[in-house]
Amino acid sequence: MFEPHDESELTELVSAAQTPLAVRGGNTRGIVHNAEGVTTKNLSGISLYEPGALTVVVKAGTTVTELNNALAEENQRLAFEPMDYRSLLKTTGEPTVGGVVAANVSGPRRIAVGGCRDFLLGVRFVNGLGKVIKNGGRVMKNVTGYDLVKLMAGSYGTLGILTELSLKVLPRPETEVTIILHDLDDRTAVGAMSKALGSPYEVTGAACLPIKKQTVLRLEGFEDSLKYRTKKLTELLGGFGDLDVISSSHNSAKVWHEIRDVIPFHGLDGDVWRFSVKPSDGPEIVEKLNIKDVIYDWGGGLVWIRSPKNIDIRAKAGAFCGHATLVRAEPETYKHVRMFQPENSPIAALSTGLRAKFDPRGILNQGLMSAD
Amino acid sequence: MEMPSPNPTILTQKARLVTRLESVLPNQAVIHDISETRAYECDALSAYKCPPLIAVLPSSTQEVADVLRICSEEGVPVVPRGSGTSLAGGAFPTADCVLLGVSRMNEVLEVDYDNRIIRVQSGRTNLSVTGAVEDEGFFYAPDPSSQLACAVSGNIAMNSGGAHCLKYGVTTNNLLGVKMVLMDGTIVELGGAHLDAGGYDLLGLICGSEGQLGVVTEATLRILKKPEGARPVLMAYDSNEIAGAVVSDIIKAGVLPVAIEFMDRPCIEACEAFANAGYPICNALLIVEVEGSDEEIDMQIGLIKQIAAKHRPIEIKEAANEDETKRIWLGRKSAFGAMGQMGDYMCLDGTIPVSSLPYVLGRISEMSTHYGLNVANVFHAGDGNMHPLIIFDANKPGDLETCEAFGADILKLCVEVGGCLTGEHGVGIEKRDLMSFQYSNDDLEAQMTVKDVFDPAWLLNPAKVFPLNNSESRRVQAFAAE
Repeated sequence: MFEPHDESELTELVSAAQTPLAVRGGNTRGIVHNAEGVTTKNLSGISLYEPGALTVVVKAGTTVTELNNALAEENQRLAFEPMDYRSLLKTTGEPTVGGVVAANVSGPRRIAVGGCRDFLLGVRFVNGLGKVIKNGGRVMKNVTGYDLVKLMAGSYGTLGILTELSLKVLPRPETEVTIILHDLDDRTAVGAMSKALGSPYEVTGAACLPIKKQTVLRLEGFEDSLKYRTKKLTELLGGFGDLDVISSSHNSAKVWHEIRDVIPFHGLDGDVWRFSVKPSDGPEIVEKLNIKDVIYDWGGGLVWIRSPKNIDIRAKAGAFCGHATLVRAEPETYKHVRMFQPENSPIAALSTGLRAKFDPRGILNQGLMSAD
Repeated sequence: MEMPSPNPTILTQKARLVTRLESVLPNQAVIHDISETRAYECDALSAYKCPPLIAVLPSSTQEVADVLRICSEEGVPVVPRGSGTSLAGGAFPTADCVLLGVSRMNEVLEVDYDNRIIRVQSGRTNLSVTGAVEDEGFFYAPDPSSQLACAVSGNIAMNSGGAHCLKYGVTTNNLLGVKMVLMDGTIVELGGAHLDAGGYDLLGLICGSEGQLGVVTEATLRILKKPEGARPVLMAYDSNEIAGAVVSDIIKAGVLPVAIEFMDRPCIEACEAFANAGYPICNALLIVEVEGSDEEIDMQIGLIKQIAAKHRPIEIKEAANEDETKRIWLGRKSAFGAMGQMGDYMCLDGTIPVSSLPYVLGRISEMSTHYGLNVANVFHAGDGNMHPLIIFDANKPGDLETCEAFGADILKLCVEVGGCLTGEHGVGIEKRDLMSFQYSNDDLEAQMTVKDVFDPAWLLNPAKVFPLNNSESRRVQAFAAE
């Protein structure tokens, strides 16, 4: 594993590379690659933090923990709530900010405030030829030239190796509350979540755990405001049967930690899929798959599925609007089931074309995300 | 403003091109008489004018695809246009181009309140998107000042913002999907009603690409329930420094206002004279707006006033009722109109880190003396998006050039302090040749390779965004191949 200490070492390494490289942050995703690894974990540190401007600039290898700690000191946070994959994937290592961005990892709050890509203000990266490219900046509004920032978020190191990121951060709210609805079937649960998300009460989490027969909704903010909104939201959801309110901020946070990290699937066998769909389509897809072990997040728009090993359930789901990613499976499975949703031909041509421009020698995370 | 010379071969083939376009569009959708093409000679950057060779007004995605296919085959540049409200010359035509206007495509295709989305044709105006859902209490959040006229297509091309994006984000944060036609006539769909991309985030790449990668014909947009209420509070201060510190303290305190607007003395005086909004005359005025129920608003404004009071305000004034709220916003929203009374003006939109605000305003004031032109500042302070308005006299020889030089210096300053050339208007032709101050040749090359993939012949809106000498080899290649 190459472990460059700064951007210039990295550029030299990439320029000189004769063989493919497997790009890594903290190596917590466990993606198997038959190539020499290069990690950005030593490109670390917070370069700039302006709490009054809600902006932070970090080197890509900065750990999520280090960043979270620094933000907590100013009572701020990464609002997109990135999940920690380690327990689900049985990996070790420290998640890095670069890794989070490269995989565009966003948690339950995505439904309300946006995903990782929405909070990413600027990037620096080393492309496949070893050239340093920057895009965006550290201000919230920036339409100067093309938005390569969005392109880099979620490109899994296939277009370049991220070296520095600017992120928008948000204030940490005073407290949070979770409302629990009981015993709703999947469709009714999505209906209840739609109703809550379509209200003016600023719901920042809407998930359903059929295994526990619970549908959960989160409110965050100042305490007085939360009292008011909890009352209004429980009134609005009166038609959905019994409900409970978790008003301890600590206990509420535990609920969302469980959903964010897909804790109900930890320690259990099987493949893990992530379906991103139109919220109201979620239950129908799950019915077609005939699988009970699911978690709905994002008001139904994100469906985590634990399925029997080694089966391509995409085919069983039929045509749907959205995509499915095989997040966890044995290496054998990935030989015949694609990790990423296959793209239709004009889109695939654009993706392949972009990749050929950013990494003409095809050395960065070869095979990952691509059609072959 | 330098533009490449028109391709003489294309000019001689106008009649043939008209015939081909008329074969795929209704006759009245192909405009080629010079008395009529003149209607499309400029956008809101009206200092520059040039009628297009032909203007077309297709009514469907298929018609757009047919037009692009023909232009692609003929090697003719295409300039897409929404409502023509670009302040950066994004829809500025060239003499050898086909101008493609999407204004006839303005239907609502689908409203889905359960999934909180609306699907519209891209020629629909920004405000009428909200108009289609407001009966159910929903709205579309991005609100550029031109929202009455500007089209969703242009919003997507420029990734438009507005006054309320501190809370709701800009177009890219509210755009879920598009149907788009590539230059060769291929129709593609990106995104949809789901929230993230399955592969590369091509939707994120399209948004803000200034009509250079494809022509968006349909858009799926996120709609939100309107807040129960909103109320602004006015705060007057003695200096820009103090007002800047107040903005920073409000944000740090954990209140997230929906908007924080900042006006300097020249702007306050002009707006007050024009709109009589009841603004206190001072050096720096803040308008801070919060949302929620009455009780929630009271609570947030209480907190904001506490912070404001620590910085010794000259005056704090809270809107007591709907009428006062309207008056407070009327002043702000008429800022550009008020400037128009003082002369011709150029509006810039460079963005800076909020912490550099006092320094940048100080430097702009020095530059104003140096260039001998007045400047007023009004801007979205919460996100550092400035709007310096430089007043000049278009009839005075040399004044426009002086104004442009002054504007360029302000934008360079924005980049120097860690900001950018444009926060919401886009690069267009206006800031094209300043791009090298913000980006290295490698950075620009990386962006241009994206266009190489989507539009290999560089026919879509070609002489925009990138400095002409950077894009020249690609455009010349297209020219020669034709």
